[in-house]
Amino acid sequence: MAIFSRKKKVEEIVDGDIFNKETEGLSQGQIVLKRFFRHRGAMISLIVLFSLVIFVFSALGFKIFGIGYGGWWKYKITDLPTLRTDGCPIELPGCPTLNLIPGKHFGLGDHPFGQDDLGRDYFSLVMRGAERSLEVMVVIGLVAGALGIIVGALAGFYRGVVDATLMRLVDFIITVPVIVLGSVLGYHFGSKGVLFLALFLGLVSWGGLSRLVRGDFLTLREREFVDAARVAGASNRRIIFKHILPNAIGVIIVNVTLLMSGAILLEAALSYLGFGVVPPDVSLGLLISQYQDSFTTRPWLFWWPGLIIIMVALSVNFIGDGLRDAFDPRQRRRISRKDRAAERQSVDKK
Amino acid sequence: MSSPVLSVSDLSVEFWVDGVWYPAANHINCEVEAGQTLAIVGESGSGKSTVAMAIMSLLASNARVTGSVKVKGEEVLGAPIQKLQKYRGKEVSYIFQEPMTALNPVYTIGFQIMETLRNHFDMGPSEAKARAIELISLVEIPDPERSVDKYPHQLSGGQRQRAMIAQALACDPALLIADEPTTALDVTVQAEILDLMRGLRSRLNSGILLITHDMGVVADMADEIMVMQSGNMVEHGTADQIFNRPNHPYTQQLLASVPKLGSTTMRVLDASQAAAKPVLKLSNVTIEYPKRGRIPAFVAVEDFSLEIFPGEIVGLVGESGSGKTTVGRASIGLLPIKSGRLEVVGQDISGATNKELRQIRRNTGIVFQDPASSLNPRLPIGESIGEPLYLAGIAKDKELDKMVEDLLASVELPRSYRNRYPHELSGGQRQRVGIARALALTPDILIADEPTSALDVSVQARFLELLQDLQSKLKFACLFISHDLGVVDILSHRIAVMQNGRLVEVGNRDQILKNPQDPYTQRLLSAVPVPDPAEQKIRREARLASK
Repeated sequence: MAIFSRKKKVEEIVDGDIFNKETEGLSQGQIVLKRFFRHRGAMISLIVLFSLVIFVFSALGFKIFGIGYGGWWKYKITDLPTLRTDGCPIELPGCPTLNLIPGKHFGLGDHPFGQDDLGRDYFSLVMRGAERSLEVMVVIGLVAGALGIIVGALAGFYRGVVDATLMRLVDFIITVPVIVLGSVLGYHFGSKGVLFLALFLGLVSWGGLSRLVRGDFLTLREREFVDAARVAGASNRRIIFKHILPNAIGVIIVNVTLLMSGAILLEAALSYLGFGVVPPDVSLGLLISQYQDSFTTRPWLFWWPGLIIIMVALSVNFIGDGLRDAFDPRQRRRISRKDRAAERQSVDKK
Repeated sequence: MSSPVLSVSDLSVEFWVDGVWYPAANHINCEVEAGQTLAIVGESGSGKSTVAMAIMSLLASNARVTGSVKVKGEEVLGAPIQKLQKYRGKEVSYIFQEPMTALNPVYTIGFQIMETLRNHFDMGPSEAKARAIELISLVEIPDPERSVDKYPHQLSGGQRQRAMIAQALACDPALLIADEPTTALDVTVQAEILDLMRGLRSRLNSGILLITHDMGVVADMADEIMVMQSGNMVEHGTADQIFNRPNHPYTQQLLASVPKLGSTTMRVLDASQAAAKPVLKLSNVTIEYPKRGRIPAFVAVEDFSLEIFPGEIVGLVGESGSGKTTVGRASIGLLPIKSGRLEVVGQDISGATNKELRQIRRNTGIVFQDPASSLNPRLPIGESIGEPLYLAGIAKDKELDKMVEDLLASVELPRSYRNRYPHELSGGQRQRVGIARALALTPDILIADEPTSALDVSVQARFLELLQDLQSKLKFACLFISHDLGVVDILSHRIAVMQNGRLVEVGNRDQILKNPQDPYTQRLLSAVPVPDPAEQKIRREARLASK
């Protein structure tokens, strides 16, 4: 009921003195930002994702431009401690030591996520894997997103020759299988590392997005508000980015979030073919595909990378949701079923 | 006396929206007898269509309906779906407003009529087809044997509406609900459809429930009238009572806001203004939509000449497809012209570069037909209004804010609306935002492209008042494009009539409305329905006699 009473109050204020009320003019960007910050799911996800990134990257340490941080975790991925047998069932050596039940064994223990079959510390493997997967995801999202939006927008807005040329390029990129390209390139440049892989994947996975953006632009450019903007003296660039793009944002965000979630799996498939993440380096996808046979016997080898993938994919999706809602003026805050039932009862009583 | 085909008693409809029951119709009572027409009149949002949908049990799932609806003595509300399916289409059928969207584009009209028939009767395909052809000839679509295999897009707007009527009549329904059947059509086509419906009513003896906002159509068709306002029935009576002795103030106001031809004093331009240089000058302009793929080039406007002087309002009328909008859009350089000369404020627009065009557009403004589409749905309206000022480099930040406020005030909108999105405003308010944006740069000439066609009559009346006020204050010239002669009559100094891309007649109001020379203008004038049943009857008979 709280929602209703609050809403009512606002309406009363608005109706009371609507003509004389001073209202500060807000730009589109300011309103979008305000609405985004009010989106609870998106804000929680943003915090979760941000903390996860800090946690993951600080665990094993990093080195950028000579400034490095050693990391706070005691094992490196190349360390080979002895396989723990005490406290584990006899057929399951190296089980996780993490124990959240209060008592004698409460605490992280030596190997909170357990050990793999060689005895390597699984926590350090998962942290490194998450680092790699996050890097891949962000780079693919940025590269493919930017390319897809720009190519789609130009093709849809200018039509004609520009459209035909760009779309034939897209045809070409879509028809060549990523896996084949990946394995060929991986054979030659496999040692260049994970960022190279991400960049490459980004360069080939924007085709679908650009098609969708083009389609939206083709319909939106015929709308009268585009003419109105042109009459107002707007340049083509302004029309594309200020007027049409915000109207196409729903399609873009849904597609980019899917692309980013898909990127993790794509990277796993390519790593399996020996391109990108090569052992001893790991990625989450690689960990899962390596240990999928262990699912019944040593399930922790499966859980932890899976958990992190789910956390990342969910937060990305929620943030995308929040952005889309913030851009879409038609979105209102949803009213829960409980409130609805309460309201219905009160109406019926009357 | 026979029992009524439809009797509605104490019908109320409420919708569950955002946690509250919103009433859409309250305690409606009405009856329709066989062979009679009941018209429900009201503005948009008054609950006309809701009542019709409730009769068909087609309301959305968030609706709550109470009361009783009886068709031929049988209760319809709360009936099981199997029973409803038998009764929809057979006992009651529905003619929708927009035939293009109500007919399925992937099936022929013959198929769609046959589908209705075979759903309700035990009929073979060939038998159904014969009946479909019979129906199509009944609604006077030319060449029925071939038309039966045509797809909706192959028919003209009027023919499509006829096909819809044929489908609705397939099972000889006792009651025909026509929801704004002619709103999407031109006046001359509208007159034909109304003639057809009147003929069918007397031939088939079914009752008609006509829903419309057009008082002229009501005067033409209705025996009884029910006036609705925000979900309530405010007045109910015979056509004669409502038109000649309206009791309720709302009915009186509604009738008063209908523009009547020749009711206002003629507006004449000062001699000094007429002597000045024209702000818009089209001489022998031809506009062509270029060839696209296999579709050949289409000449939309041919050899068109018109001059508009400072401070003058010229009304441009014609049917849809006559090229009115094309002229308007070309006048501000949104469309290139093929030949001829087009001067705006003394500058030739035909060969202008982008930079020159931008300069010219500072002196022009345009109000579009559909305010819902012409305002960017993702931009708050304050920003939409301020954009021309910002882009012209006239004002920024605080100064811009101030100017936007002034503009909002000048179109009588509260300043606090500036952060609202277009969908949060009503149609009339949106169109005012459109005007504010068009006038932001204080243009010399304003192009108004059917700005009132999406508005209700009373809203339209206020909008026209506002436009007149602004015009007398700011003294801009205006090309007012409309299909409604009544509206043009109120506003214009001069009227220009277009047909098939050509200018057929231009002159001051008395010349065009009282003494039209061109046969097309005469036909157009005689097709306009007058909101007065007696006069409309005389006009109708005169029109039919002249055929």
